[in-house]
Amino acid sequence: MEYLNTIWFILIAVLFIGYFFLEGFDYGVGMLVPFLGKDDIERRVIINSVGTFWDGNEVWLLTAGGAMFAAFPNWYATLFSGFYLALILMLVGLIVRGVAFEFRSKDDNPKWRNFWDWALAVGSFIPALLWGVAFTNIWMGVPIDENMHYVGGFFNLLNPFALIGGLGTLTIFLLHGALFLSIKTEGEIEQRARALAAKLWIPTFIVYVLFIIVGYLKTNLFFKFGVNPGIIPIFTVLSLISTYFFIKNGKMGWAFILNGLTIVLTTVTIFMSMYPNVMPSSLNPEWSLTIYNASSSPYTLKIMSIVALIFVPIVLAYQSWTYYIFRKRVSTKSKLTY
Amino acid sequence: MSALALARWQFAVTTVYHFFFVPLTLGLSIFVAIMETLYVRTGKEIYRRMTKFWGTLFVINFAMGVVTGIVQEFQFGLNWSEYSRFVGDIFGAPLAIEALLAFFLESTFLGIWIFGWDRISKKLHLLSMWLVAIGSNLSALWILIANSFMQSPMGHKLVTDEAGNVIRAEMTNFAELVFNPNVWYQFPHVVTGGMVTAAFFVIGISVFHIFRKSEDQEAYQLSLKYGTIYGFIAIVLVILLGHSQMQHMLKTQPMKVAAAEALWESENPASLSVLTIGDLSGKKEIFSIRIPYLVTILAYNSLEGEVKGVNELQKMYQEKYGPGDYIPPIVVTYWSFRAMVGAGILMLFLSIYLLFYVLKNRYDFKPWVKHVMLWSISLPFIANSAGWILTEVGRQPWIVFGILKTEDAVTPSMVVSAGEVATSLIVFTLLYGILMVVDVYLLKKYAVAGTIAADKGH
Repeated sequence: MEYLNTIWFILIAVLFIGYFFLEGFDYGVGMLVPFLGKDDIERRVIINSVGTFWDGNEVWLLTAGGAMFAAFPNWYATLFSGFYLALILMLVGLIVRGVAFEFRSKDDNPKWRNFWDWALAVGSFIPALLWGVAFTNIWMGVPIDENMHYVGGFFNLLNPFALIGGLGTLTIFLLHGALFLSIKTEGEIEQRARALAAKLWIPTFIVYVLFIIVGYLKTNLFFKFGVNPGIIPIFTVLSLISTYFFIKNGKMGWAFILNGLTIVLTTVTIFMSMYPNVMPSSLNPEWSLTIYNASSSPYTLKIMSIVALIFVPIVLAYQSWTYYIFRKRVSTKSKLTY
Repeated sequence: MSALALARWQFAVTTVYHFFFVPLTLGLSIFVAIMETLYVRTGKEIYRRMTKFWGTLFVINFAMGVVTGIVQEFQFGLNWSEYSRFVGDIFGAPLAIEALLAFFLESTFLGIWIFGWDRISKKLHLLSMWLVAIGSNLSALWILIANSFMQSPMGHKLVTDEAGNVIRAEMTNFAELVFNPNVWYQFPHVVTGGMVTAAFFVIGISVFHIFRKSEDQEAYQLSLKYGTIYGFIAIVLVILLGHSQMQHMLKTQPMKVAAAEALWESENPASLSVLTIGDLSGKKEIFSIRIPYLVTILAYNSLEGEVKGVNELQKMYQEKYGPGDYIPPIVVTYWSFRAMVGAGILMLFLSIYLLFYVLKNRYDFKPWVKHVMLWSISLPFIANSAGWILTEVGRQPWIVFGILKTEDAVTPSMVVSAGEVATSLIVFTLLYGILMVVDVYLLKKYAVAGTIAADKGH
């Protein structure tokens, strides 16, 4: 029944992919609120463009966390206890941005609104940055002892390569957000979002290239693969480059999809090259957490597989339906709820 | 303080805080769904105003429940990594299912509900609210399935390493986990507790507007009527369910019952303590007023029956589990039990009193009603928190009864130091404190603004 371990590895990868793709743009939108919205009504338009979706998007993270706990308890335990302070910081960000969405529109005072706009921006910035740092560290391997305990401390996570990874998620989510706004809003905001997307593409691309170069020179990540991702990394770069051409040609829908594809393929590459490790140990390869030594029993994996098989399609169906109902662009003339 | 003590404080602070918002979400989601059902079925505008008014307050409260829930999802890994490793095979499953079945449902359809006024058909909009209510209550079900495993573990086996040490628990029977009898006492008790919370929230605010003679009196009178009926049914159920839960607990966790009663020596028939004062160690009785027979009657529905005392149970557990202290902090369990039951009985009387008025459609209350009912909004919150404190503290020293002790569950301090736990405890306490002020400000603002403002606004 060892194939179940692989299936759950893939499923958790899928949940993170869904989370990065979906919440990636609402983190981007959140960060852009104070910069792209010139007055209150414009900021409301920007916030309302993700108003219906952000909470559902965030559940992808909660489900990924839950699935990790259920299928690979040791992964869940080592990761969250090991990255303790970073995760606390991320939770603070998520709490602050969550209430910001709900509270901002509930009072007319300009100071109140301005405060929550910044809370939303900072609360989106923190996870957008930290996920890149976290995943780069996981991918590289962190100090894990023979008892699966992380022994590296907080500052060990802030190494240069991981920080470039953090800038990577930060910039690509910002771009993702700008592209989302260019297809979900109208008028001046849409124009501004397009122009901004073109500008944001440049740092995104530079960080991406830098990540590859530093990764190539300073780590051996590109020479040892669990599963060789083959030409996927090449497509990752190609999709990011073509994003630029679509932005330049004004085909914003395509630009959004291709930028999203870059996010998806990057995550796929990381998960493939880690397999079957889930948290490689930098101290001793023997001490790495794998899909076998970190996993639940075959019985639990079987039960969870049945549950996932039934409910994941249902969730996908109604979430897609929400995007369909609220497919219309938001403008200053729309009825604004938030 | 040790990392263990700090981690326990952090769990207590974040969980009690989270559970301020959850019961109101559980009960108010159903209440709002009922109001909207009335609106869709009768087409009367008054029900739309009521739906929007209580719905606005629901949403403000819901947001706090969601964001504090994120911490809950991750803190088993943060501070309780050894617990997560030991029982993850069992405990993780209901948590993952909760996210997949319940969180997606409630968050997606709440988005549709908030933004869907005038955009989707009335019936679809109503369906969304019911799905939010179902999602929230399903979430309670799955988390209580997880919690029930901690109270009375079922459907598992213990796995040992080569040296014969128990290293973890594994699930052997999913159905036994889900159909653990404890779930089916605890879940209805929590859900009806949520309904009581919502009812007293609705009652307090409605009474406020009735005394204030706010515009749209009929909406507040109707709200008060429905709220009182809803609350009366729910409080009767809470008490009956709590009673049978206690009888079940006597079989699975007799120590918790003895601790809740501060019953030191076994008695047959056992008396009920109205007031017991212990010595400073909390381990010996100095003074107590007791009603004879009552605990035996409550426990067995008969005049005969022994209820085991703390000292005898301690001896039994030492024989079974080895040397150690198996007595939970009696002062905490004893007083939290009294706070819960006391608040419950008070709410029963208050709802009966109001019932006499609303069933005759009388709203000319005596002046004291206004103050009492406004303050009574806090009663269910006291009962809910006290109930959980009793449940969790009364299980100590165990984190999973009979299987794993709390002291063995905490993240080792070489991974997370006491300083780091202290840092996060301070951060969460400050953040939660500030958010409480903001949340209460907003709830008050929108509660005072009333139904007409809510109908015009969102």
